[in-house]
Amino acid sequence: MSLTRNDVDNIAHLARLAMTDAEAPVYVESLSKILNMVEQLNAADVSSVEPMAHPLAGQVQRLRVDAVTASDEHEKFQRNTGKVEGGLYLVPKVIE
Amino acid sequence: MMAELHTQTLAELSAGLKAKQFSSVELTRHFLQRIEKFNGELNAFISVTPELALAQAAAADAQIAAGKAGALTGLPLAHKDIFCTDGVLTTCGSKMLSNFVSPYDATVVTRLKRDGIVMLGKTNMDEFAMGSSNETSYYGAVKNPWNLAKVPGGSSGGSAAAVAARIAPAATGTDTGGSIRQPAALTSLTGIKPTYGRVSRYGMIAFASSLDQGGVMCLSAEDAALLLQSMSGFDERDSTSIDAPVPDYSATLNLPLQGLKIGLVKEFFETGLSEDNARPVREALAVYETLGAQLVEVSLPNLPLSVPTYYVVAPAECSSNLSRFDGVRFGYRCEAPRDLMDLYKRSRGEGFGAEVKRRIMTGTYVLSAGYYDAYYLRAQKIRRLITDDFTRAFQQVDVLMGPTSPTPAFDIGAKVDDPVTMYLNDIYTIGANLAGLPAMSIPCGFLGGLPVGLQIIGGHFAEAKLLNVAHRYQQATDWHKRMPEKYT
Repeated sequence: MSLTRNDVDNIAHLARLAMTDAEAPVYVESLSKILNMVEQLNAADVSSVEPMAHPLAGQVQRLRVDAVTASDEHEKFQRNTGKVEGGLYLVPKVIE
Repeated sequence: MMAELHTQTLAELSAGLKAKQFSSVELTRHFLQRIEKFNGELNAFISVTPELALAQAAAADAQIAAGKAGALTGLPLAHKDIFCTDGVLTTCGSKMLSNFVSPYDATVVTRLKRDGIVMLGKTNMDEFAMGSSNETSYYGAVKNPWNLAKVPGGSSGGSAAAVAARIAPAATGTDTGGSIRQPAALTSLTGIKPTYGRVSRYGMIAFASSLDQGGVMCLSAEDAALLLQSMSGFDERDSTSIDAPVPDYSATLNLPLQGLKIGLVKEFFETGLSEDNARPVREALAVYETLGAQLVEVSLPNLPLSVPTYYVVAPAECSSNLSRFDGVRFGYRCEAPRDLMDLYKRSRGEGFGAEVKRRIMTGTYVLSAGYYDAYYLRAQKIRRLITDDFTRAFQQVDVLMGPTSPTPAFDIGAKVDDPVTMYLNDIYTIGANLAGLPAMSIPCGFLGGLPVGLQIIGGHFAEAKLLNVAHRYQQATDWHKRMPEKYT
């Protein structure tokens, strides 16, 4: 499996990652190598195997009561960004 | 004469505190001074928190004076910088979080604090725990105290170096594919990754949520039992936390090993292991025979597929988990974004390091339309085959043993250019993560002056058995007491 520059540009876009021209060839090479290594998986017969999503068998996703349990601490949380006004996060203009 | 404070185990230090041989403030100062002296060359800590530590130590001394001390009261410890700590910088080894002061404590931090632990600071790590050498950290590589030109392993490399150099008596770690066990092996420590769900993941910054598990790195199985006792147990804030009673880990440490059935994993000894590196492991197995254990060869035929399986499952989960870093609510934000897309892309492109971006892109690719079945779904099926292999093995034996790492510590810089070579460091450790099993690494000898680890894997919730098996070995040998010359 060999990826092209175009493939990697597309993946980076899907992942919302800016990539410089200097970085791109490095990712083309290393991602291709990783996918080649991963191709070993094709050797296994998985025709009658159920996929495993949870490492412990028989675990059921726990549900909680639909009730408010947390207190409003938005001021404390918003101290982690400088871009806040009136309790709202600021982003570049979205609607023209 | 009393042994130097930094050469003692937590169990010994706890006894000393209770006997009033020294105070927690004195003990904490001793370790803070050692950090001051040695951290420059080791780069084991990202943040040191002396004021907080001394305040916690003073509070612990008051508890001790009032006769209210528990087993951990007043003992210092370092937290891996992946655990959120209220009011303290929590970076996860990344530029992305280089300005993040956590607004809350991880459950692991809360529980250890409740039991009187004193936090010395936060340890260096591979960025977002993605690495096996601690070279992907935004804060620079960590040095191995046994040889400063070598890596300490990763991703919990700062925790490993700190404890190995005795600048902290114990540290927390996390293990997604071997990140506690491999650095423990490379620095001659005792490290345990519990069963998936045993220790809460709340406040532990997520990498691959179906694999991540918190644990400890320390000087003995006895110390690991003390720490794990405090950290383990149900937490409603972690949706995959297991609601099952936690046994008394210290109570069963001394059980005899007569009749213990040890499974030797055939595939471990066949793949990528030199005879030199296998020798200390085989010698450890011989010690177990003298302790009454019986060795049985077992085969895990799908285990050779664990590395490719992991490098689909873990990046897929990572690409999803790390989508939360958007440059808006916390973390690094790029300068002067043109529009929202530019804000996302440049904040992430500039805030994440190369290995993290590589894994996000791998994960994005294997989950993308048209490739999901061929990669992710197939990997999840093979994950079941690997897990079934372990289940079958545990019908025959009590524990599995083998090497932790294919080689001792390698040179800093030796593998950074080739991710696939780096990934193969985890060849023996990843299986336990895929199957959710508890596993540990304990020191079992040296090769060319560098430590070698013995890996012990147990069935689900067999932490007490693992600690017992490790403790009996440590009663019969003294590998775990060896210290790097320079830091004695």
